[in-house]
Amino acid sequence: MTLTISGLKVSIGEAEILRGVDLTVSAGHVHGLAGESGSGKTVTGLAVLGLLPHGSRTAGTIELAGRDLLAMPAKQLNAVRGAEIAMVFQDPATSLHPMVTVGVQLTEHMRHHLGVGRKEARERALGLLAKVRIPSPETAVDRYPHQFSGGMRQRIAIAVALACEPKVLIADEPTTALDVTVQAGILRLLRGLCDDLGLAVLLVTHDLGVMSAVADEVSVMKDGLVVETGPRGQVLTEPRHAYTRALLESLPGDDHKLPQEER
Amino acid sequence: MTLLTIDDLVVEHRTPGRPLVRAVAGASLTVAAGEVVGLVGESGCGKSTLARAVCGLHPAAAGTITVGGHPVTSLGLRSRHRALTGAQMVFQDPYASLNPRRRVGAQIADGLRTADDRTTAPADLLERVGLPRDFAERFPHEFSGGQRQRIAIARALAARPSLLIGDEPISALDASAQAHVARLMRDLAVESGAGLLFISHDLSVVRLIADRIAVMYLGKIVETGPTAEVWADPKHPYTRALLGAIPIPDGRGVLPTELPGDVPDPADPPSGCRFHPRCPLVMDVCLDREPEFGPVACWLHKPA
Repeated sequence: MTLTISGLKVSIGEAEILRGVDLTVSAGHVHGLAGESGSGKTVTGLAVLGLLPHGSRTAGTIELAGRDLLAMPAKQLNAVRGAEIAMVFQDPATSLHPMVTVGVQLTEHMRHHLGVGRKEARERALGLLAKVRIPSPETAVDRYPHQFSGGMRQRIAIAVALACEPKVLIADEPTTALDVTVQAGILRLLRGLCDDLGLAVLLVTHDLGVMSAVADEVSVMKDGLVVETGPRGQVLTEPRHAYTRALLESLPGDDHKLPQEER
Repeated sequence: MTLLTIDDLVVEHRTPGRPLVRAVAGASLTVAAGEVVGLVGESGCGKSTLARAVCGLHPAAAGTITVGGHPVTSLGLRSRHRALTGAQMVFQDPYASLNPRRRVGAQIADGLRTADDRTTAPADLLERVGLPRDFAERFPHEFSGGQRQRIAIARALAARPSLLIGDEPISALDASAQAHVARLMRDLAVESGAGLLFISHDLSVVRLIADRIAVMYLGKIVETGPTAEVWADPKHPYTRALLGAIPIPDGRGVLPTELPGDVPDPADPPSGCRFHPRCPLVMDVCLDREPEFGPVACWLHKPA
């Protein structure tokens, strides 16, 4: 399933946050969205899920399988959100409910959206935990988020997002709060899920290294506009827009050689 | 001249009903005047505990810490010994480290009083960290994270430190402010002839500002060396794994190498070399004998 955003404008209060964003995320592809803080990356992701703050005004279209999500009545959108589109947030310490077991967080929306029974939901939860490579799912399912490390929590958050077998996954800085070693594992997991399940992934990140590792296409945002879009290799090695060049040049270092040789 | 000497430091955390945790388990490190040392490692490796011990915020269970030749004593209810105010810390979260009810200028003046400095005005320090002079009359809530961290740096500098310690000073900041604040700390420390111990889990920033790098794993320093050297030729398998996990923006789509397993529980560290359960090059000797030598604490790099 392809997610197509065209001419998306978002204003919150007096501020015009997005000024006409065009973006396409295809099934089985990771589309990376880069840019500085405040450029509108996160708002783009939130707009897709209809999670913009109250009083925001929108224009343009966000199409998923021929339906415009922006024009959809709330009730219909509720059926799409969580079931067909899911989101992974930056900080797994705050995106998971601290007082509810992992099992309940994994099955609640599954039972709501898919109408599966308690027993089947638990079975599916175990399968999901195994899929995101949580050791011993049978015990993990009855534990609370604080009993896991940051990396494990983010894996659980990804499992929660995948519970209803969504077609589109929006990941907003999913590895920013993690150590590099843990980040490597999460990036491998995201890439694998995208390939195996044919997910369309919109990956919001300010880290061009992360972008280079997992994204197929890259879009660069500045001041609420997409200034450059293209295949990963082209945008990161032969950027056309001056701003993309500036972003790349702001990275430390001349000899990024070592880790390459290590692999 | 060596400013800070940490020798075989052990710091323990005791929680009733829980096993004793050795957060720092025999670490040695030095920082010279005008030198920037970057301390890196995964979360939970004991970096912050080490920094707090240097300021006397955690008592040392064994080993010694000296700042400018004076042994660091644990901070009690009384004020710190004059000789120890030369070590100043910039904390991780500027939303928590500044007093929300006092004006910025008054908080910086605290530092000036510590150094018996009657000629410098708080506004002068704001200028040094690149903020307008009239910010001194305002309150912390009026500022962004990056500005607040600059204020915290100004406050630390007011005490004329000979050693500045940054405990993850940039991890709570926006990505765009991180490199700026890190550079600022380096420039100000070096300019005033002070040493800087910069703690961060962000390797790319440490690489940018540190002269020397120390890699910590589970309470021990496993490798130290000049930044460029460590970066070009990391010796310890852990350092290799850490650097290998950084994704490179070359557009080639190479997934970074994963380091298998989690950091072990510091309350129950593995026998022998602490890294052996996750090490790709593990040998028999690693299982029961701890490599207690430097600069690379690994049996593959035992000094002759």
